Amino acid sequence: MPKEIVIDIAKCTGCGYCELICSFAHHDEFNPRKARIRVNTFIEKSIAVPVVCYQCEDPWCVNACPAGALRIETDATADTRMITVDKTQCVGCKMCTLACPFGCIEVTDGQAEKCDLCGGAPQCVNICRAGALQFIDPKTAVAAKKKNVAERLVNSYREV
Amino acid sequence: MWHGWTGNVLRVDLSEPRVTVEALDRRAAKAFIGARGLGVKYLYDEIDPRIDALDARNKLMFVTGPLTGTGAPGGSRYMLVTKGPLTGAIAHSSAGGAFASAIKYAGYDMLIVEGRSRRPVYLWIDDDQVEVRDAAHLQGKTSTATEQAVIAETHPEAKVACIGPAGENQVRFACVMSDMGRAAGRSGVGAVMGSKNLKAVAIRGARGVTVADKTAFWKAMMAAYRKVDHPDTEHFHQVGTPGVLALVKELGILPTRNFKYGTNPDWQKLSGDRLAATLSTRKNMGLACPGCPVGCGRVSRISNPKYKSEGVGPEYETIGLYGSSCLTNDLEVTAKAGFICNEMGMDTISAGSTIACAMELYEEGHLPIQDAGMPLNFGNAEAVIKLTEDIAHRRGFGDILAEGAFRLASRYGHPEYFMGVKKLEFPSYDPRGVQGMGLGYATNSRGACHIRGEVHDLSLYGVDYWRVTTDRNLGPIDPLRWDDKPELAKDIQDWFCVLDACGMCNFMFFLGMDEDNCRALIEAATGVDMGGHRGLMRAGERMFNLERLFNLKAGLTHKDDTLPDRMLKEPMPGGPAKGMVVHLDEMLPPYYRLRGWSAEGVPLPAKLSELGLQ
Repeated sequence: MPKEIVIDIAKCTGCGYCELICSFAHHDEFNPRKARIRVNTFIEKSIAVPVVCYQCEDPWCVNACPAGALRIETDATADTRMITVDKTQCVGCKMCTLACPFGCIEVTDGQAEKCDLCGGAPQCVNICRAGALQFIDPKTAVAAKKKNVAERLVNSYREV
Repeated sequence: MWHGWTGNVLRVDLSEPRVTVEALDRRAAKAFIGARGLGVKYLYDEIDPRIDALDARNKLMFVTGPLTGTGAPGGSRYMLVTKGPLTGAIAHSSAGGAFASAIKYAGYDMLIVEGRSRRPVYLWIDDDQVEVRDAAHLQGKTSTATEQAVIAETHPEAKVACIGPAGENQVRFACVMSDMGRAAGRSGVGAVMGSKNLKAVAIRGARGVTVADKTAFWKAMMAAYRKVDHPDTEHFHQVGTPGVLALVKELGILPTRNFKYGTNPDWQKLSGDRLAATLSTRKNMGLACPGCPVGCGRVSRISNPKYKSEGVGPEYETIGLYGSSCLTNDLEVTAKAGFICNEMGMDTISAGSTIACAMELYEEGHLPIQDAGMPLNFGNAEAVIKLTEDIAHRRGFGDILAEGAFRLASRYGHPEYFMGVKKLEFPSYDPRGVQGMGLGYATNSRGACHIRGEVHDLSLYGVDYWRVTTDRNLGPIDPLRWDDKPELAKDIQDWFCVLDACGMCNFMFFLGMDEDNCRALIEAATGVDMGGHRGLMRAGERMFNLERLFNLKAGLTHKDDTLPDRMLKEPMPGGPAKGMVVHLDEMLPPYYRLRGWSAEGVPLPAKLSELGLQ
């Protein structure tokens, strides 16, 4: 399977470095409000949850777009599959923002804007020292979770 | 065109009230960089240093640096600059968290608060919209309750700095709290805010921070980031500042019984590993400041019904003073005291140290039990908790403690039991075992401070060589040597001025970032050539000297550059630093000479003209 940004909220420290680097990479300024990834911090619970486009299998935004500006692109060499915005086609009608249940596509400066995986090397993942963001095959992430559970069982296992 | 800086200063006169926006002084920005430097420059130019700190003519400046709000690692600090009510000297207290960056995103380099409101108010700054709002309903609220209430009344994305009851009651070491537990801690900046009847400042910003050279900044940012990304950083993330205790113990400088001893046989009860294993929640992770690859904060939970509570911290300093100097030797008591300080909005260092001072006065028979209201023996946990609350509300004996350890000890006729400099209590390192720290304490402009020239840290944090001065390498640092410390102290103080001015967290430096990284970031962000290593250090020296001029005008003299007799005359009773006193008399004259100051510690005309301070 192609690689995706996989989020592990147990590791997120809420530093928001991902937001800073995202806005810098795409808008030449440090501005969390213009970032395509958003870290929601629940300060009293000491928990932070990054939210970014999940590159849906059957994307609401693509289905809703009346201008044909959104499409799914796969790149075998970069091993990615992502939903891209064709800026020449986008009319800024905001249908995609209404359709996306996750709030992961916005209209900025008149045009739809969403995570483009930085073309195959996401900077947010690169800067995440905590390892809360990883750019991997989601199957690997799921396998790691299973192994984690297995290890906990092993640790609690005692011969009777 | 401004890059790094926003170029705007927001000025709010609470007496009128009147809100104005003015252009940042570009020459001052180049010469003083930002935060600590720029704040001191503005304060020096705008107030008479002789006024009382709680006078309406004092000003409170929330100042960011050019790297605040950028992707520079740990670039999320601001500095509160004012005249300090505890010390009567220059005060600059720094805090991290999202509040600092929000000032920049709203489009300002600094917020200057002047005058005094007749009624309690708070400020709501939503980009260009600035409102002075009534805060009568927030009076008496704790810091987190205030923050939650203000967010509820303004905007979910608002970032808030506020005072708690201690600031309202003008406790001389009250701090300004932000982001649910971060503190601009020392010198009593919160009392100044309280004296202005300003309960809180809420900020939300939608603007970005631009840099002069994107390619160069990206390169500098990644280079600095890679320096910080190593195994020590992971350890610091897991344990946080409480991990420092194990290092301090190795040097025998853990304050015990109001700095009588430097060793505490029960230190393991207070260690960072123990904290991580007992009270820390969520695998020791608190929430990191914006753009910080470390994340040193943590949240602790006490399940013991006696102290049942949860909060941010405790940090090493709280543990050292409340745990070891007060000799409670109990992390639960320490954490609880720290939580109270956070909620009430006061400095845990000064609070813990003042209580330890009261305990020694009591045990030595100088403080009658009728005044204290209870036995104040070292280790009395109940007294520690009760007094901490009473200080914030200025109740009973707490009203006397709220004046700080210097005024307490003087009141009972024994100022020698005050452990600090310039009326500011020592942080949690006994300088007898780290000679450079003794010189740093004695000469730092805001008083006995560990983060305004961390001369101790070279030996504490495993920095074996002083790499900042590229001119010459001083070699391995021996904490017990004193002849090499004047040069070191001057250099480190100047360098920390720069660090404190740029808007980055100084922990980045301990974790491997050096001055070349810092300079590259400042230059790429602002487009200003700092003049190489020497130019950068000169900027720091300029700031340090201006602070000195402020203090001299405020009435301080070289006689204030001293240490308690205990540090100068009582040899350390035991441990690795056994037999040591601080050799201040040997260090101070050469230090003044290196600084280009007279024998009375006054900057000489030649030095001032060299620094452009005439």
